[in-house]
Amino acid sequence: MPLYRAHVLVCGGTGCTSGGSDKIYDAFLKEIENFNLKDEVQVIRTGCFGLCAEGPIVIVYPEGAFYSKVADSDVKEIVEEHLLKGRIVKRLLYKESLEEGQIKSLNEVKFYKKQMRIALRNCGVINPENIEEYIAYDGYKALAKVLTEMTPEQVIDWVKRSGLRGRGGGGFPTGLKWEFAAKAPGDVKYVVCNADEGDPGAYMDRSILEGDPHSVIEAMAIAGYAIGSKQGYVYVRAEYPLAVKRLEIAINQAREYGLLGKNILGTDFEFDIEIRLGAGAFVCGEETALMTSIEGHRGEPRPRPPFPAVKGLWSKPTLLNNVETYANIPVIILKGPEWFASIGTEKSKGTKVFALVGKVNNTGLIEVPMGTTVREIVEDIGGGIPGGKKFKAVQTGGPSGGCIPASLMDTPIDFDSLTALGTMMGSGGMIVMDEDTCMVDIAKFFLEFTVDESCGKCPPCRIGTRRMLEILQKITSGNGTEEDLEKLEELAYSIKDSALCGLGQTAPNPVLSTLRYFRDEYEAHVKEKRCPAGACKALLRIVIDKDLCKGCGICAKNCPANAITGQIKKPFEIDQTKCIKCGVCIEKCPFKAISKKA
Amino acid sequence: MIKSIQELEEIRKKALEELEFRKQQGEGIRIVVGMATCGIAAGARPVMLKFVEEIQKRNLKNVTVVQTGCIGLCKYEPIVEVYEPNKEKVTYVKMTPEKVSKVVAEHIVNGKPVYEYTIGYEENKEANK
Repeated sequence: MPLYRAHVLVCGGTGCTSGGSDKIYDAFLKEIENFNLKDEVQVIRTGCFGLCAEGPIVIVYPEGAFYSKVADSDVKEIVEEHLLKGRIVKRLLYKESLEEGQIKSLNEVKFYKKQMRIALRNCGVINPENIEEYIAYDGYKALAKVLTEMTPEQVIDWVKRSGLRGRGGGGFPTGLKWEFAAKAPGDVKYVVCNADEGDPGAYMDRSILEGDPHSVIEAMAIAGYAIGSKQGYVYVRAEYPLAVKRLEIAINQAREYGLLGKNILGTDFEFDIEIRLGAGAFVCGEETALMTSIEGHRGEPRPRPPFPAVKGLWSKPTLLNNVETYANIPVIILKGPEWFASIGTEKSKGTKVFALVGKVNNTGLIEVPMGTTVREIVEDIGGGIPGGKKFKAVQTGGPSGGCIPASLMDTPIDFDSLTALGTMMGSGGMIVMDEDTCMVDIAKFFLEFTVDESCGKCPPCRIGTRRMLEILQKITSGNGTEEDLEKLEELAYSIKDSALCGLGQTAPNPVLSTLRYFRDEYEAHVKEKRCPAGACKALLRIVIDKDLCKGCGICAKNCPANAITGQIKKPFEIDQTKCIKCGVCIEKCPFKAISKKA
Repeated sequence: MIKSIQELEEIRKKALEELEFRKQQGEGIRIVVGMATCGIAAGARPVMLKFVEEIQKRNLKNVTVVQTGCIGLCKYEPIVEVYEPNKEKVTYVKMTPEKVSKVVAEHIVNGKPVYEYTIGYEENKEANK
């Protein structure tokens, strides 16, 4: 590889790509050619840098200048000023990274300061389409180590001692899972990676596959060695085209370099990986449904036991872990189980990647040690709530999870504390909500998702969740009764107890958790026909303030429903039965006399 | 095809050199080339490229070549400043690609600044005219 004097890293994560980082990359190539800098400056597309709210992001080394919200029209200036003349384009620098005239390094910016990147260690750092960059950062060294220095039993022992738990949701001890698969009788075994991320608001797995696909490949090979398997499958949704493409490139490179296939690194170990595309049904993230789907059938779950470790893919013992779980493995092998176990809380070791989204200033992909509090995540890393609004709750765990209210903001986040709060880690979506969010509406949103995604195999999930959704619709439209609340709760508990798979069993969680912490909101909807957050349209009233109204009649003229009447120069009135709550009158009133009332 | 751990290690070392300077600045030597309009006009680009070339040729670790704007003394351009940890900065003036080889050999590699290229030497020379 030739030596360049500057590297331009353009974020190639999905967030920045949808913000136009493709064009930015092309513009850099063009301008660098124009200014004849081709032999000095290298442009690289990386994975997600994490700070998606500030995207598209470009970092220029060696200065480490962190440019945010870059547009393709800015590229010429960066090339001419920074790369050619060495003058950093200050107007494009991320505002926090320029203090006292000095460029702060990425790690010193508030967003990154409290983070610890293990699973995301290479995301935004290396070019994911270049295996040598992965190797440069100790890639495949862990595989080399296990193949030459460790027995399969030792590998499993290390994973067990590290305390790593599955990052896919349930938090089952990973080492134990490996041990079950290793001890299961049979010559043919499989290693499977679950990359069927489907929670609304979550994109951790996608970002790892896009930013550092080799770490997953390496970990799967290590797992293959540990349990005695020759074949791996990555089950990834077809809606993740960039992740699929990068994974394909990475697998082919690994084969070329002899890191997959026969006689890996000159030993007699053999392992290969194939990609299986899923059509993106939420239920296919459930392990038994996922395996059924890989086998070529319709992705429907089956009862467990037998567990996959005993009877999985094609009835052979199968080890199934999620993307983020695998991404931790090479580091554990290189740095040792004690190092990993020293991070986090007593029963949850290491770090967790969260997709921080919703009503928070710095949305993005973050990785924090287990035990970090909700407050630290929302206030320090997330930079607080936009518009000076009040923090209300975070929702974690997707449709299978629940809410943490503001009063419990200082809870350290780990598997068990979340479960105790009635929510869960899940794959790691974290949706921040402010005072304008109606909790009944949120529960309705997640239930709509579950109803759409239910595979329909078992009646509690197929029928029960739909009945729950109907009740929620009734409540948010202002027709709910106290009886409905009781029915809702009863339904929730019986679905929890009777559904076939994890998805059905957890589908009532958003309802149960909001009922637990925000019961007063449900009651306001039912008893007072009022939505305290002012979000449920049907329960809003639009009213005219008699003291402010000058009787001009502009509102009545603009009302599409003819709901406003009155005499000129006297206060007008809105007929609530005719009002469709469109808000046109609020916009048109020159005296600000009309407003929404919860 | 990588057939052994040694081969993997060789690839790692080679690839890492390429990426070395993507790590944040810290230790190591920084060579800062003044690349404002005046610097470029005076020929700073070939100087900078020569530094990059020499560093690659000699396989030097922990050395980064950085650009900066106008250092302020346009008449002495091209100006190059060398920052070493815990040492005073050395400012070279009126640099040429030929001078670069000497600076790299004597200063960067052996730690002895090339006095006759520095700003102090030039200023004395002018004062004694």
